[in-house]
Amino acid sequence: MNILEIKNVSKIYNDNLILDNISLNILKGEFFTLLGPSGCGKTTLLRMIAGFTTPDSGKIFLEGKDITNLQPEERPLHTIFQTYALFPHMTVFGNIAFPLKMAKWSKEKIKIQVEELLDDVKLTKYKNRFPSELSGGQKQRVAIARSLVNRPKLLLLDEPLSALDARLREHMHMELVKLQEETGVTFVYVTHDQSEALALSSRMAVLNLGIIEQLDHPVIVYSKPKTYFVADFLGKCNILKAKIIDILDNSIVLFVGNLIEIEINVEEPNIYKKGQVGWYAIRPEKIKLRRIKNDDTMSTESDNDKYINSGTVVSYFYYGHSTLYEILLKNNAKIQVMLFNNKSEDLKFFKDNSEVYIAFNPNSGNFIEEI
Amino acid sequence: MWKINTSKTVKIFSLITFLFLYIPIIIIILYSFNKSRIGINWSGFTLNWYRILIHDDNLIHAAINSLVIASISSLIAVVFGSFAGIALHKYKIPFFSYLIYIPIVVPEIVVGLSLLLFFILINFTLGYASVVLAHIAFSISFVTLTVISRMDDYDDSVISAARDLGAGPVKAFFLILIPSLLPGIIAGGLMAFTLSIDDFIITFFSAGAGTTTLPLFIYSMIKVGVTPEINAISSIIIIFTLIMAYFVSKLSPTMFE
Repeated sequence: MNILEIKNVSKIYNDNLILDNISLNILKGEFFTLLGPSGCGKTTLLRMIAGFTTPDSGKIFLEGKDITNLQPEERPLHTIFQTYALFPHMTVFGNIAFPLKMAKWSKEKIKIQVEELLDDVKLTKYKNRFPSELSGGQKQRVAIARSLVNRPKLLLLDEPLSALDARLREHMHMELVKLQEETGVTFVYVTHDQSEALALSSRMAVLNLGIIEQLDHPVIVYSKPKTYFVADFLGKCNILKAKIIDILDNSIVLFVGNLIEIEINVEEPNIYKKGQVGWYAIRPEKIKLRRIKNDDTMSTESDNDKYINSGTVVSYFYYGHSTLYEILLKNNAKIQVMLFNNKSEDLKFFKDNSEVYIAFNPNSGNFIEEI
Repeated sequence: MWKINTSKTVKIFSLITFLFLYIPIIIIILYSFNKSRIGINWSGFTLNWYRILIHDDNLIHAAINSLVIASISSLIAVVFGSFAGIALHKYKIPFFSYLIYIPIVVPEIVVGLSLLLFFILINFTLGYASVVLAHIAFSISFVTLTVISRMDDYDDSVISAARDLGAGPVKAFFLILIPSLLPGIIAGGLMAFTLSIDDFIITFFSAGAGTTTLPLFIYSMIKVGVTPEINAISSIIIIFTLIMAYFVSKLSPTMFE
């Protein structure tokens, strides 16, 4: 069931098209993420849902009710701001009680409700402190408690973790997912951090230059990027020029990088044309390296693997859990290969300039059309 | 090669600066306790001059005038200055942002003279009211500037959050913006108060014959010669101003951070 419907929304700011005819539906109870680089329009879209800016055209519906022109205080949804935006002159208790006071709750009811929330976010000890006396993580929790205290229909989160250090951020990821599951409130999360989007969302939309490039489950968005932008923006990806040379019943045959022919399964081969050009996108971790052509020790699914004759290791980067290799192919294209250091003999690397063989299953990558 | 010990040099220069600033003040306070009526000879400790001050009706009257004028003018300046500061921050009106500095930069004598001409032009009787108006005019700038600087550090999303959590624009303004700007507003107000108490030149031009403030009274006393009573009043004013300055510094923008 849709809780929020955005219909054909556009916004122009100083002659720049910030949002270009965006339509999307957000389902009740989901953790939805808007991901994109700065300036892609994600924050504008969030501010529009919150009521801080209005679309030039298009409409926004909350549970079927048109909220396009309602003031922020008239919308039954709350925002968590990047800077937390706590009220500096109020205590933790006062901050969390504020929405209830605005809704004219009685003093006793406010006290009961706020105490309960303070307990939920483990801040009871700090209820008489001022925001200036709290750590970043505590401020974050106050902001969350304040936004959830009167059970909004929707919680908008505007890069809420970007001010925290990496360890605390990871901890907050788990907290947020838990909180979302416990409260059942629909979350709309804005971030430019792709790993955050992948880890947290039940569905995500990748935005670029005011349009939605792809909207799907994180797994699909990551493994089958629909556009060049998505493949390039989200994680590391090898994006190689490719041309369709044949169309079969359930698959298409690509000539990739002027080097090899591969056959990949597609759901609707008919939407493609013979001779069509585009890209073949494959993630570095889907590719394997071999020292010799028939070395099967590193793969268990070698039957489906395709081999590119050989390449040279140009450089490698050791990340602890994995090592990233850059391989120069015969056609002078560079590809990246990610190997996980999950074996006991991991200390033996493929050294610079060593000759290697590359293996991959064609179906672990996908074809991207050129628009 | 010359080697300059920077930290030592800095220390010596700051010591000289402080001595230059504070020796005259210390002398005035010391001599307000001097028994001798004339000259600079120290002839023993006395509180006599302070006793005389308390019984000087004209002086008490002038002091009350000063306090009343300072209170009224700084209160009104706080209201107008705060609104002006918030508006100038929000709408970034380029020309007005410079205009607000004018009363601070322009020599007081010019401000005083122009106010006098203005009052004569509109046929406004010089007196209490004209002094209050003149003080409001220069105080507003100081309040506005402290509020602007406070607004520049202000996280605008705090106001957005208030709206988002159910407060209308009016409630967001009075329940969130004004209270969280309060340290800056009070600091500006205290500054306006101190400036008003201190002011001589502008008051001199805008006060009518009957209206005497403390600085005007002291000036009329000096015409006769520097007496120990003047030292005593000056000492009281210095202590008063120091207390005010202490509160202003306590209220500086970092109070809530």
